[in-house]
Amino acid sequence: MSPKNWNDQRIEVIIGTLLRTGVILAATVVLFGGALYLVRYGHEAANYATFHGEPESLKSVSDIVHGSLGGSALAIIQLGLLLLIATPVARVVFSAIAFAIEHDSMYVVITLIVLGVLLYSLLASG
Amino acid sequence: MNVLEFSALVGLGSVLAGFLGALTGLGGGVVVVPMLALLFHVDIRYAIGASLVSVIATSSGAAAAYVREGYSNIRIGMFLETATTVGALTGAAIALHVSGNAIAIVFGLVLLYSAYLSSRHREEHGTQLQSSKLAEKLRLGGTYPTPGGKQSYNVTGVPAGYGLMYVAGVLSGLLGIGSGAVKVLAMDQAMKIPFKVSTTTSNFMIGVTAAASAGLYLNRGYISPGIAMPVMLGVLAGSMIGAKVLVRAKVTVLRYLFAVAVVALGIEMIVNGVKGRL
Repeated sequence: MSPKNWNDQRIEVIIGTLLRTGVILAATVVLFGGALYLVRYGHEAANYATFHGEPESLKSVSDIVHGSLGGSALAIIQLGLLLLIATPVARVVFSAIAFAIEHDSMYVVITLIVLGVLLYSLLASG
Repeated sequence: MNVLEFSALVGLGSVLAGFLGALTGLGGGVVVVPMLALLFHVDIRYAIGASLVSVIATSSGAAAAYVREGYSNIRIGMFLETATTVGALTGAAIALHVSGNAIAIVFGLVLLYSAYLSSRHREEHGTQLQSSKLAEKLRLGGTYPTPGGKQSYNVTGVPAGYGLMYVAGVLSGLLGIGSGAVKVLAMDQAMKIPFKVSTTTSNFMIGVTAAASAGLYLNRGYISPGIAMPVMLGVLAGSMIGAKVLVRAKVTVLRYLFAVAVVALGIEMIVNGVKGRL
């Protein structure tokens, strides 16, 4: 594809679709996990007054994916939230590619800096 | 209260928060955190984690529409995101080390300031000003659609805007809000970007900013699926309804009432924080 067809307007349309799809997908997964959670644990007592941190299994990306595949309702909700957090990250990845196709090296670098900060936050283990 | 009741009530409250947040442009986060902390006695860090997630959902949903209409400036957004994301990490790191009461007091002050900002009269500045050298180098200028065709604009005040954006990021990571008010302040007031471009670009940036701190909250165990589920779904539904109503309704009265509610919440947060109840 030539850079001429690949203008800012077109990038904007693709980014719009990307964001919308990400949000719909994430909301669907959260809704599904939430329904499972309410059916299974709806009558247990809710207590969130004291902070005790979530268990290991709901903190890291790989554990969340594993738990969801195992059918854990909380892990499925967490997977949906992870997809939601990944949506803006995907938008940044796409922007980097788009700036590269436009031969806009300054903005490729700027975009990669933003991507680096996002990945650090998501993958840095405490 | 059992899990079912808790989810239903928090979900309903979040629909209302998302609805009002969309109508007034302040975003759902500013109401969700006080609601969870004051009304449902949820630990404020859990409240912030849940709010951050809802902020990503509403901002991405709204940004999808604005970007396609051609108002948002992707270059301005991306450049300033280097400031907001680093700020968001700073804010999240601070939140993990200070007490809930201290966070509540800062939150209250930000609520009061947001109410003040949203009640202020806004003047549209001219589009004829000269671009600064730095803005020119970064190619920040652009065009946006108006009834009379495409209108071009220039950008100035880059260092001041960049600094304010860092502050917006810190507040977002610390309090779990979108910081839209400060982002618009940076672009509209400091950088002289047209208001419509400022608000839509701010919306576009909020998702990436919130994602930067949400990642850190998630892997430190501050995002609880049981709380985040009703909050995220509720705020998202509420903001979608709000956006539909916005195009049809006159919202002056509602905006005024919301500003009063925000002031009341702000005072309540400060009082509770000072008394050490959160």
